[in-house]
Amino acid sequence: MSILVNLGLGLLFGVGLIVSGMGNPAKVLNFLDLFGTFDPSLAFVMGGAVVVAFIGYRLVLARPAPLLAERFQVPTRTDIDARLILGPALFGIGWGLGGFCPGPAFTALGLGAPGTLVFVPAMLAGMWAARALAERRT
Amino acid sequence: MTEFTPVASLIGGMLIGLSAVLMMLLEGRIAGISGIASRALPPWRDNAVAGRLAFIAGLVAAPFLVAGVTGAPVVQTVSSNTPLMLAAGLLVGFGSVWGGGCTSGHGVCGLSRLSRRSFVATAIFMVAGFLTVFVVRHLIGG
Repeated sequence: MSILVNLGLGLLFGVGLIVSGMGNPAKVLNFLDLFGTFDPSLAFVMGGAVVVAFIGYRLVLARPAPLLAERFQVPTRTDIDARLILGPALFGIGWGLGGFCPGPAFTALGLGAPGTLVFVPAMLAGMWAARALAERRT
Repeated sequence: MTEFTPVASLIGGMLIGLSAVLMMLLEGRIAGISGIASRALPPWRDNAVAGRLAFIAGLVAAPFLVAGVTGAPVVQTVSSNTPLMLAAGLLVGFGSVWGGGCTSGHGVCGLSRLSRRSFVATAIFMVAGFLTVFVVRHLIGG
């Protein structure tokens, strides 16, 4: 059940990425190119996603529990630590170099562009290393 | 140049938001891709790994569904500069997990929850992205 649900949710998320144009790194890089070939599309993607999630989360989190799990698992931390500065800074640099963040990298995988086939294994290696390092420190 | 697509981007964004809301309604979790992907990798600590792999399989399948329905191939332009894409992948993977989220977890889900940490993270990766593209395209001259 959970497998089918997650497959469907991933498919919906991925269709959203493709329809929005964010599956194409060129559109992302042009959004980030404020002083060049600026393409504001990404702001509309974020706007649409945040408005739907802002309203939807309020409706859903008013419930006592999710439908298929025992309880909601929502982050509760509010502290700003060094990791919250360094991590997004490194992520943003990589995002600006390749035009891929994790979601679009996965939607691009099956299309098989040579750059994608380099990016995705490197991204997974980076994720694995960060998780291993974080778990060793705690 | 890429064409400015406000309507398609707004609709696509709303589908992403809908997926995040349904993830919370059904599974009670944040739809953060870096968290899902990093916890789909070994070592496996819980019994939700199959679900995470299924979510990623859905992402991978999505362009084929869109192409099948619309009849038009999915267009993308990806750099084929191997050292650049290698560095980009390592930075995106390490940075997103080190910072506890990426464009989806901090950006979409975190901003929607009005999370202070996510506002900070999103501001930093946006500025880092703007600066990186400025350096690559306008200072180095790409």
